[in-house]
Amino acid sequence: MLRQVEGSRAVAEAVAFCRPEVICAYPISPQTHIVENLSQLVKTGELAPCEFVNVESEFAAMSVAIGASATGARAYTATASQGLLYMTEALYNASGLGLPIVMTVANRAIGAPINIWNDHSDSMSQRDSGWIQLYAETNQEALDLHIQAFRLAEELSTPVMVCMDGFILTHAVERLEIPTQEQVDGFLPPFQPRQVLDPDEPISIGAMVGPEAFMEVKYLAHAKQMQALELIPEIAADFKDVFGRDSGGLIRCYRAEDAETIVLALGSVLGTIKDTIDELRQEGMKIGAVGITSFRPFPLDAVRGALSHSKRVVMLEKALAVGIGGIVSANVRMALAGIQLHGYTVIAGLGGRSITKASLRDLFTDAAADRLEPLTFLDMDWDVVNRELERMGASRASGPHAENILRDVGPVAAGPV
Amino acid sequence: MFEVRIHGRGGQGVVTAAEMLALAAFDEGRYAQAFPSFGSERMGAPVVSFCRIDDREIRLREPVMEPDALIVQDPTLLHQVDVFGGCKPDGFILINTARTFDELGLGGFVKDFRHERLLTVPASDLAREHTGRPVANAALLGGFAALSGLISLDAVVSAIRERFNGNVAEGNVAAAMAAYAWVADELRELNSVASG
Amino acid sequence: MKAPAIRFYQTGSFAVGNRLLDPEQRSVQAGEQRTNSITCGHRACQGCGEALGARYALDAAMRATNGQMIAANATGCLEVFSTPYPETSWQIPWIHSLFGNAPAVSTGIAAALRAKGREDVRVVGQGGDGGTVDIGMACLSGMFERNDDVLYICYDNEAYMNTGVQRSGATPPAARTATTQAVGPEPGNVFGQGKSAPLIAMAHEIPYVATATVAELRDLEAKVQTAMEIRGARYLHVLVPCPLGWGSASKDTIRIARLAKESGIFPVFEARDGEVTDVSEIRRQVPVEDYLRPQKRFAHLFKPEPRTEVIARIQAGAERNIRRFGLLPDPKEGS
Repeated sequence: MLRQVEGSRAVAEAVAFCRPEVICAYPISPQTHIVENLSQLVKTGELAPCEFVNVESEFAAMSVAIGASATGARAYTATASQGLLYMTEALYNASGLGLPIVMTVANRAIGAPINIWNDHSDSMSQRDSGWIQLYAETNQEALDLHIQAFRLAEELSTPVMVCMDGFILTHAVERLEIPTQEQVDGFLPPFQPRQVLDPDEPISIGAMVGPEAFMEVKYLAHAKQMQALELIPEIAADFKDVFGRDSGGLIRCYRAEDAETIVLALGSVLGTIKDTIDELRQEGMKIGAVGITSFRPFPLDAVRGALSHSKRVVMLEKALAVGIGGIVSANVRMALAGIQLHGYTVIAGLGGRSITKASLRDLFTDAAADRLEPLTFLDMDWDVVNRELERMGASRASGPHAENILRDVGPVAAGPV
Repeated sequence: MFEVRIHGRGGQGVVTAAEMLALAAFDEGRYAQAFPSFGSERMGAPVVSFCRIDDREIRLREPVMEPDALIVQDPTLLHQVDVFGGCKPDGFILINTARTFDELGLGGFVKDFRHERLLTVPASDLAREHTGRPVANAALLGGFAALSGLISLDAVVSAIRERFNGNVAEGNVAAAMAAYAWVADELRELNSVASG
Repeated sequence: MKAPAIRFYQTGSFAVGNRLLDPEQRSVQAGEQRTNSITCGHRACQGCGEALGARYALDAAMRATNGQMIAANATGCLEVFSTPYPETSWQIPWIHSLFGNAPAVSTGIAAALRAKGREDVRVVGQGGDGGTVDIGMACLSGMFERNDDVLYICYDNEAYMNTGVQRSGATPPAARTATTQAVGPEPGNVFGQGKSAPLIAMAHEIPYVATATVAELRDLEAKVQTAMEIRGARYLHVLVPCPLGWGSASKDTIRIARLAKESGIFPVFEARDGEVTDVSEIRRQVPVEDYLRPQKRFAHLFKPEPRTEVIARIQAGAERNIRRFGLLPDPKEGS
């Protein structure tokens, strides 16, 4: 059914249709609306049987999910930003144990300085945690990916993180196709765990493993993600059969077939990129886009295939690997081994800085003319940066960066942008 | 694509206003995208919300920087925040106040704007009268429907009823209808002055 | 359930000979029908108090639940010595996740069982003092506060033994550990304010809190039995001497646990809904010195010259426990 609905609400309803048996929640913006909606659905009995556990930290949230999943329950939680970092130890544990937990990450920056707005620093920091990472471009896709995520997780017995841009998607009210319970039931079979804590057939889970077997156990997590490279497109195809929509898959190309310049990105910024591309196409520029839906596993072959006929790739990233630059870029460059192609890393939108069509237009125009530096920071105010660097040079006791820069920038009320 | 920006303060229902506007557009079969300027969630802090309306899927995710219409729920913001940033001379501006643009000291700023697209409406008074509370968001949407013709009053009314229940819904519906009538009257007056 | 009063024990040790008792009076551990929840072949040190405590507690819990039980374990000695890959000593469904999350994993298991309508299956979480009073405290407090249907058992050996005897929040004053060494003008652990996990548990007003030692087998089993008859969050704190960390003889584990109780150093009691309901009275009070002397971790209190002031402070702590919990029979009531 078509409805005008908030992204978080839609995701909550999609998760509820997946019949999770245990949901654990700890508040952190901007994922709160999702678990608030789920708590309501459990409280009213619309989602039953389901236990909604209000925990005392994200670390506990993931730990409760671990216990529940190991007991054979379909388990779900959601988090963002600092919360994801706070559960890091448990994230690795869940994937190491092979527990098919599904979690929403409402992408948000990581402090310091504290910042509640969107970028991808949080989930990118967990790219090697053993979790599959799917990035949603739209709220429709966020909703759809959650339904696919449970099936993917349970078929492989490995956890899946569905990443959606905080606020930009979670808080946007849009026209969405909401599925029915029957559709979801037809797509997602009941959870049949590979391992379960059962008094009738006692097993031990979580034994210590020494050097004699650790590599083999660890490799299995990798093997599952390699299987996911096959399974993700299959599940997307099945999804289309049941729901009639293209959602998910490994990557998504947009006007890329004959493109000389390809913009590669993840998440909701792809919408603004596509609008910009349409304008530039009208002006004759051969430009297209590749959206990465599955960042883990990273689809090396698909990315290589999509980019191999182009002349240059602009890798637009909402995260910064301090000390080197791009995170996505490093992965893309691995896919391009041996291919001569100009590669430009663009760090954009950190801490919620708006990524505007006007800025993208200039950026892509420069890229098409090969006028970009290998590493670009979109809409960076270099004057502010340089003044702080000068203050540092002038005095040993130059004080805290964030406060200095805030003083420099001056008071900012909630203006138009 | 038609882009609306709404300014107000935390607690005034600014985000809800954008959502109801999007809902009204959806009810009319169009695509709409409502979203808040994020972060300022405290009561009384300046808040901005946005609504885009189009006949096809809306992919753009940037904030509304050059609005086709501006709704100001709280006139005390006019001299604190760059409310009019990016406003176009052919854009619509609706301000919640009993005063005129001249009385607000905005006469000079809007002198090149199309005057039939600029209006003030005492939406808080109308809201207080019909709901007992000075929360002007629904009333302003009624006024906006009359001013812009972008959405119908019926769609606004049904959006209000989808968002609220019972007395709250009906009070807000009455306030929206009153504001619609007020603005329609003002527009008729402007037209007769213009043609007379 | 209170342990049956048995006045039929070995002179001097209070240990009870099961063979001399009627079968129904014998301990779970003495019975042939015991589960062997943690079976033989594990890698615990000789004289390990924790292995003993876990064995008593889990077999009693298995009997109380008719074998319908799942256990979650914190990282620590108990986890390491019981599951050397690819072997396991656990004959019950058992999961180890992390150091600090055993209470939350237990909550997750209990939530899953509720969702599945399998509330006949009960959950026991367990960990050492580090995993409980330090790194796991937040998860433990959350589990208590929500009153999740979990029995959490802390096997307290008063330091991080698994990593090589470092100080924990449960390490007693003056004790030598690898991070509170017996050197300098104030050797051993500082005199802090202490951190009583049982009292913290009681502050949550959970239905049942109890302490026990491995010296009183029937008492420990009875407390587990009681705990499993109650729904909601329950906490059992068991003192388990560690020969390696305490520098005591392997053969003395039970004797030292008994001295901890008989000196007043470790109060043994039960509490319901935040109020103390029963205490195990001291049978024959001993000075703390008797408890401290056999342990090398306190050797610096006795040589090269006795640090009588420090011993007196420890004695004062024991006296405070005796007063607070009423560990000695009221002399006016005595005969």
